[in-house]
Amino acid sequence: MLRALKLEPEKCTGCLQCEMACSYENEGVFNPAKSRIKVFTFHHEGRFAPYTCTQCEEAWCLRACPVEAIVINAATGAKEVRENTCVGCKVCTIACPFGTVNYNHDTGKVMKCDLCGGDPWCAKACPTGAITYVDEDNTGLERMRAWAQHSPAGPATTVGPRPKEIATYSRS
Amino acid sequence: MAWTRKILRVNLTSGAITSEPLNMAWARDYLGQRGLASKYLYEEIDPRVDALSPGNKLIMTTGPLTGTMAATGGRYSVVTKSPLTGAIACSNSGGFIGAEMKMAGWDMIIFEGKAAQPVYLSVENEQATLMSATDIWGKSVWEADEWLHRKHQDPLIRIACIGRAAEQGCMYAAVVNDLHRAAGRSGVGTVMASKNLKALVCRGTRGVGNLKDPLRFFQATEQGKKVLAEHAVTGQGLPKYGTQVLMNVINEVGAMPTRNMREVKFEGAHKISAEAMEQPRPTDGQPNLRANAACFGCTIACGRISTIDQGHFTVANKPQYWGASGGLEYEAAWALGSDTGVDDLDTLTYANFLCNEDGIDPISFGATVAAAMELYERGIITNADTGGLELRFGSAEALARAAELTARGEGFGQVLGLGSKRLCEKYGHPELSMTVKGQEFPAYDPRGIQGMGLAYATANRGACHLRGYTVASEILGIPEKTDPLVTDGKPELVKAFQDATAAVDSSGLCIFTTFAWNLADIAPQVDAACEGEWSMEKLLEVGERVWNLERDFNLRAGLTAADDTLPHRLLEEGANTGPAQGKVNELQQMLPHYYEIRGWNANGELTAATRQRFGI
Repeated sequence: MLRALKLEPEKCTGCLQCEMACSYENEGVFNPAKSRIKVFTFHHEGRFAPYTCTQCEEAWCLRACPVEAIVINAATGAKEVRENTCVGCKVCTIACPFGTVNYNHDTGKVMKCDLCGGDPWCAKACPTGAITYVDEDNTGLERMRAWAQHSPAGPATTVGPRPKEIATYSRS
Repeated sequence: MAWTRKILRVNLTSGAITSEPLNMAWARDYLGQRGLASKYLYEEIDPRVDALSPGNKLIMTTGPLTGTMAATGGRYSVVTKSPLTGAIACSNSGGFIGAEMKMAGWDMIIFEGKAAQPVYLSVENEQATLMSATDIWGKSVWEADEWLHRKHQDPLIRIACIGRAAEQGCMYAAVVNDLHRAAGRSGVGTVMASKNLKALVCRGTRGVGNLKDPLRFFQATEQGKKVLAEHAVTGQGLPKYGTQVLMNVINEVGAMPTRNMREVKFEGAHKISAEAMEQPRPTDGQPNLRANAACFGCTIACGRISTIDQGHFTVANKPQYWGASGGLEYEAAWALGSDTGVDDLDTLTYANFLCNEDGIDPISFGATVAAAMELYERGIITNADTGGLELRFGSAEALARAAELTARGEGFGQVLGLGSKRLCEKYGHPELSMTVKGQEFPAYDPRGIQGMGLAYATANRGACHLRGYTVASEILGIPEKTDPLVTDGKPELVKAFQDATAAVDSSGLCIFTTFAWNLADIAPQVDAACEGEWSMEKLLEVGERVWNLERDFNLRAGLTAADDTLPHRLLEEGANTGPAQGKVNELQQMLPHYYEIRGWNANGELTAATRQRFGI
């Protein structure tokens, strides 16, 4: 069974523990500037959102790479950058529609999420459960469960909770 | 290790910017942040210097754990001589600027002298440049923040900035970082303005590493996070309600200073509490509270992000206040609310937004408005003084207008900007100022919490709850319950809290962790990160050394034992209701013994033995 990073922005508080974990695992220092996962703050909306590579099935970055430096890890499904092969041409950073492949000036290579070989540090570090590592085919399970729990027992008199209530529910 | 071991020194008079190694001998004695920067200030300035003259220095400082994965490891402090108190000031803030400074490679930035024209410091890793701030002088923090982001074309820069209040000489101006976090107390922003320094803009991509023992560090910080998560206060109360969890608790025990501390219980507390912030408003169906927010590295996330009803009288036709921003913390809710008698949540939130927007300390501001309201109600000041502002207790309109005027330094706001002590002296009634050493009280009435009276009277930066929070023990039972109405054992309790707090404030961690952690939880984290050996005992020794150093600075600055006192009202007028009804604060029963266990003489001065013990 392959797993995927499941991101739930409504649980995120913007603490950046994930960015520190990611950078430490990959670079050996606490350095959000070198993190493969980023947390965005939408201050005036009071929202935070973690964001990283979703490991696309049809990976644009992988297709675009002219030297085949991006390969699939069969065990995790992650698209990984082979640093020895990467020439730092940055074509993958253009190809990725989501912006989750980025150049690292210090190494002259690109960097992206590799799921830490199947044990992603960001998920371990997240204190609120906004980042979890779950069955790739069932990332919607918890949300379905929340809706299911709110479904009417008798004849339908309501269409169930609004998405906001779901968010509140899953936070507790 | 953990320290970057580098200091950036910026001479604003000459424009010279230099890098120098951190004094590691001092770091071994003072750890970092509050302690270490205080040591630098102690050694580098004449304590008698005018706080607003170029001879004062302003130090922005991180701790060794700032910028690490330790829970709450994102704190920074601004250390300087305070214009409000004449004492040493150390104002602590979270947000993200501290970690960014550290990521850029700096433990500390020391500003000295005064720039000829308004400037800001731009730091990009090793590169530091003074740039013209002429275009943003006269702008609010929020406007300047937007201007700087646009100018630097980099959404990832972090900014600490002063607002118009500081520029206009408000004596309790804050340095605001990340839009809504602040080094709030003691007028550190006023000092920054006196140097013609508008902002620090920082971007760091070097990271923080070189831990002494990385594996042990991860084990220790993991364990620490677990303790926080499992504790009722740090794992449930603060994450759910923020510091506002205290509003109803403190009100119930009759220790909620109300209407300039004339009363100890606020009848409107339930309207401005954490619970009220979650209730949908009848007007727009939205709650005041939008989200909980964390500072850098914080697994507690007590920060509040709030909104104001767009139709509310304070913000109607002012779309700049319609979005979410930093909401009410307990201290702000108390000072702006219960102390002024205003129980309208959206007005308090508006006043709080203005405090953030233009960099003023909501505690000192609210308490000063409260003092002005008492002067007004007694007829000592009139509309002729206030420019028509009807400063009646409970008036939301008056509070909102006072906040606007003070934030911008306009009209009667100039007088409110003097702070409670100078305001009351100006009108001939110093006894109505609820201050110690010129700094306004926070949200705990020391008649109902006796230990806090001693903590306020002896706090090195003037009245302050964050220098020795015996509320934890006297009210919440942390680490163990003591009777809030007795004085027995309080000198020891106050000293223990003061010393431990000074150590935590020197580490880069947040004092709120100590609801759940004691130094036994913190020492392994510091020890795994920092060169040297950092036991619990060593941290306590550092804390006590820091306390004595600050005390000595103050004595050399001209403060004396006579300044270790409380306002007449708290020493002579009994609490009007509640468990402490009829009680005053029995400071004199505690103070002499406190001096004794501090190793000070009857005049509150360090004895030769104490000096020798701590190398002061």
